[in-house]
Amino acid sequence: MNSKYHISRRNFLMGSSALAAVGITFSPLSANGHNELNFYNWDDYIGENTLSDFADRTGIKTKLDFFADNGELFSKLREGNPGYDIIVPSDIYVEKMVKANMLERIDHDKISNMNNIDSNFLDPVFDPKRQHSIPYMWGSIGIGYDKKRAGITPDSWSYLYDSDRYSGDISLLSEATSVMAIGLKYLGYSANSTNPKEYKQVEELLINQKKHIKVFAEDNGQDLLASGDVILAQEFNGDIAQIMLEDDNISYTVPKEGSLIWEDCLCIPKDAPNVENAHKFIDFILRADIGAELADYIQYATPNKAAKELMNAEYSSNPAIFPSDETVKLCENQLYLGEDVGQMIQDTWTRILAS
Amino acid sequence: MSYGEKINIIDIDYTWSLKNYIRAFDGVYIITLFKSIIISSITTLVCLLIAIPVAFYISFSSIRMKSILLVSIMLPLWTNLLIRTYSLIAILRTKGHINSSLEYLWESTNNLLNFFNLANYEIMGKSFVPLNLMYNNYSIILGLFYIYVPFMIIPIYLVLEKFDRNLLEASYDLGANHIKTFFKVIIPNISPGITSGIILVFIPCLGSFIIPDLLGGADSQMIGNIIERQFKSGNDWPFGSALSFILIYITLVIISVRHVYTKLYSKLHLRGNTQ
Repeated sequence: MNSKYHISRRNFLMGSSALAAVGITFSPLSANGHNELNFYNWDDYIGENTLSDFADRTGIKTKLDFFADNGELFSKLREGNPGYDIIVPSDIYVEKMVKANMLERIDHDKISNMNNIDSNFLDPVFDPKRQHSIPYMWGSIGIGYDKKRAGITPDSWSYLYDSDRYSGDISLLSEATSVMAIGLKYLGYSANSTNPKEYKQVEELLINQKKHIKVFAEDNGQDLLASGDVILAQEFNGDIAQIMLEDDNISYTVPKEGSLIWEDCLCIPKDAPNVENAHKFIDFILRADIGAELADYIQYATPNKAAKELMNAEYSSNPAIFPSDETVKLCENQLYLGEDVGQMIQDTWTRILAS
Repeated sequence: MSYGEKINIIDIDYTWSLKNYIRAFDGVYIITLFKSIIISSITTLVCLLIAIPVAFYISFSSIRMKSILLVSIMLPLWTNLLIRTYSLIAILRTKGHINSSLEYLWESTNNLLNFFNLANYEIMGKSFVPLNLMYNNYSIILGLFYIYVPFMIIPIYLVLEKFDRNLLEASYDLGANHIKTFFKVIIPNISPGITSGIILVFIPCLGSFIIPDLLGGADSQMIGNIIERQFKSGNDWPFGSALSFILIYITLVIISVRHVYTKLYSKLHLRGNTQ
């Protein structure tokens, strides 16, 4: 959901892992050292100096490995933890992994900076009482657009889902669950619907709309927008916020029908070799100064209210980073709907792409 | 695993059920498979049409030139597939190298027309309209072609190296023209190279998913993409395995066809020699 360089996380990862296959994939993460932490994160999703600061203060060396999407993270861990201590799944996957008994409980007594977390984040639906996860960053999905070429503010999903106004110049995300959930929102249903009839309507909508869609972007909508390939792109807010820093002509909006709010969390997978260090790391990330540095670098919304207070107004009042309270009210968190609904969504998505 | 069934989020029960295979014969998957076969066939055909003349050119050049040409064909293979695909994106995108070159040409021509006071006639159109070179099925074929054409050139070249040039002279001496020589003498002799080339190109094309992901548009799903999704976001490994096995079966059929073909061919060849 975040890529500073004009290569999306996923593809960067594939490239780097293929190039460094011998180095990364074949060397099992060493699990015996006491001063180690194996951190499995999204690419470019940590501050530039965060890990070296952590090493300076605690003497714990962090080994970083990257994943490109939640599906990849999940499939790497489902047959057993290959040696990671900290992972960063999104909300829906936190719930799924808790249900599959893949996450360690987090001992709140060891996290002295718990109080820095904004109280709104302390009891989410997907992980009651934060037993297995600590919020890392949050954000929304909306429309990034080219101000000049769009002409107006595309404040409705209809421009992407149900209109030929920007025919051939729009991109949607390629992640089935998000695209379908937003389709449901556009039609006025709950994003977490389990009703096959409602999914059928989204399917018909998207099949009709497909001829106007240029591409289902693999997390690189911001690049398409920056390079002029599309005028409207459905994207995660932070991705658009990053290119907004470079290009004044790009803007971001959350449509009036509402959207999805997502949250990435720090979790400790089952059988993590360095559980103690993982707790220290979580505690370190929750420090106000470290949280602020992190937020400043990756330009996503921090759930750490102490860190937010340290930030300048350019960050903390940027609507592309922090949606207004009214917008948040319109939005929904995605929930884990079970494997059957998941399969229905995937099958629908396959049909949409094949039609 | 392809005969198993998912019982909860991570556990799979090995029940020897054919459910996954039956599901794979559902309309969408067959259509996508068929489409992947068509895209791969076109790519293979284009590779073949380009590879034969290139292999000929290399084979007939001087030894020094030969090594230069061969290295220039092999060199891209040393870089990562993704990097090569990204380079294609840089060339093809709306503001990519092709479109900016065309825009430059358009502007120069327009300036020239202005110079002759012809601009008002709008001969060249009102403004430059960039070509949509990416995010369609043609760009997938181009991408696959670019990635896999060396695998077609090299086997054909290797067969050509072993090919006895005297046969060409004999053919001309016996009054055959170029076209006749090509089809009656050269093609039968290099056909083992062609068949291995076809297999080396067609099979990886059929299972590719990165190139359709990166270069394809809204309408570019291939069977490889569906399989990838079953293992990642779909979290349905049994079904993904079943789909992959179907691809493997297709591959096996192709290889056995090749085997039968080479056997038949060598029999015919032997008979031809003894007569």
